[in-house]
Amino acid sequence: MSDMPMASRSPTSDGSRPVPFRGGGFKPVRVRYLGAVVIVVLIALIEWGTRTGVISNLTLPRPSDVLGTFRDLWVSGLLWEHLLPSLSRLAVGSALGVSAGIAVGVMIGLFSLARAGLVPLVAAIFPIPKIALLPLFVIWFGIDEGSKYALIAFGTFTPTVVSTYGAVDNVDRTLIRMGQSFGLGWWSIVRKIVLPGALPGILSGLRISLSIGIILLVAAEMLGARYGIGAYILEAGSLYDLERLFAGVVILSALGVLTSAAIGWAERRLLSWRV
Amino acid sequence: MDLHLDRISHRYGAVEVLSDISLTIPQGRIVCIVGPSGCGKSTLLRMIGGLERPDAGAVLQQGDAPDGCLNPLTFVFQDFALLPWRSVAGNVELVLEDHTLPRDRRDRIVADVLARTKLSDFRDALPKQLSGGMKQRVAIARALAVNPAVMLMDEPLSALDAQTRELLMDDLIALWTRAPFTAVYVTHNLAEAVRLGHRIVVLSRRPGRIREVVSIDTPLADRRAGDPALEAHQARLWQLMRDEAEAADKELSDV
Repeated sequence: MSDMPMASRSPTSDGSRPVPFRGGGFKPVRVRYLGAVVIVVLIALIEWGTRTGVISNLTLPRPSDVLGTFRDLWVSGLLWEHLLPSLSRLAVGSALGVSAGIAVGVMIGLFSLARAGLVPLVAAIFPIPKIALLPLFVIWFGIDEGSKYALIAFGTFTPTVVSTYGAVDNVDRTLIRMGQSFGLGWWSIVRKIVLPGALPGILSGLRISLSIGIILLVAAEMLGARYGIGAYILEAGSLYDLERLFAGVVILSALGVLTSAAIGWAERRLLSWRV
Repeated sequence: MDLHLDRISHRYGAVEVLSDISLTIPQGRIVCIVGPSGCGKSTLLRMIGGLERPDAGAVLQQGDAPDGCLNPLTFVFQDFALLPWRSVAGNVELVLEDHTLPRDRRDRIVADVLARTKLSDFRDALPKQLSGGMKQRVAIARALAVNPAVMLMDEPLSALDAQTRELLMDDLIALWTRAPFTAVYVTHNLAEAVRLGHRIVVLSRRPGRIREVVSIDTPLADRRAGDPALEAHQARLWQLMRDEAEAADKELSDV
């Protein structure tokens, strides 16, 4: 970021010297693959440490053993048995929460009545740890999938609302005035000016919402599920089976990286107009 | 269609911004409004365009808008107000989409206004790829597309550099000479006012009142930068405005 320039050269014979360069830096440069290298080096270090005994086997599992567990999971088909229910819970729950959140957020952004009525309510339910409400959801939506959908939906809903109405508020008012001055209808202005203008903010809010969705998915599965990544991790944890525990954690990390990459891809596709 | 401003006054809270402004904007003429900063000239323009309501007085249309006019009072903004996610052609189309026009007619209008503003080669470019001058050309093309009865131009060249401003002024004069349009042109730049204005309305500092209306009879096409007659007008306008501008500059803004 703030790579320092070279020191100035010694003066030449006639006493003139170049003006020292003081600009540059403070500007993120795209560095490819470094993120992957950091992870690989870290894993290699742990592997080396556990093999030589610098790190005891009780404190950290050997990465190659975790990989072996992972292979077993794959071969036995257990991987999909755990992963598929988790993925479908995440997909259904966050789809419900995010779409309701965007709808409510846009309403708050557009209508003063909705803003006055709903912003305090959202502020009141945002800080509730949603996992605390799981027993309630079990009563409302049933012990099986319904309560898990509801938990994830509820958890992704509030952050989506907040980021969406913030994004609508930030849409350039001069563009809206322009639409009005050309006699565009209300719905045209919302559809062609407000929503596209709010999209960058909505998408960056989605990154946070979906990460929260993954956290709640695991929490819900830990509290009551036979299959799913959360159940798998809980079982491994109670047996002190560190290899399996880490295999589960790695799956979660991969899930996080994948959703973030998917949103990044959507941003590049949909927001190529940004300067 | 003429526009008539009938004794317009306006205040923001305790601050009176416009006071008793009466003015007629005749068809086919460009009326420039100049004044020191903060004198309410942009507010006045927004009132003419129906984006703001005056506290007292009214803006009246006299006569009907010409046939084929989709949006009688059409703005050109200082900061262009282009949708960054739409191409040049898409930005022009935006203002036609709410009117039920046959597809081929809409395409014809877009092609026509892009040709008139020399933008045909850039129809698929995004605003971020364009220079400031090109962006303002797109905004002018968009305004022309709705075939306005009156163009309301709010410092349209103020965000551009001096060379681009000169080029765009020539373009505006060429457009007007080919097909005279009615315009209200707000600016703080007196050189623009004497080049483009048939009438120049000088407003005083806050609260804005009409100090004087100057008419310039030289045809637009014959006005050149450095023309002694125009320079004389410009000097006279500056004399009118100088003290006001100085006083306005020293005012504390408490809006």
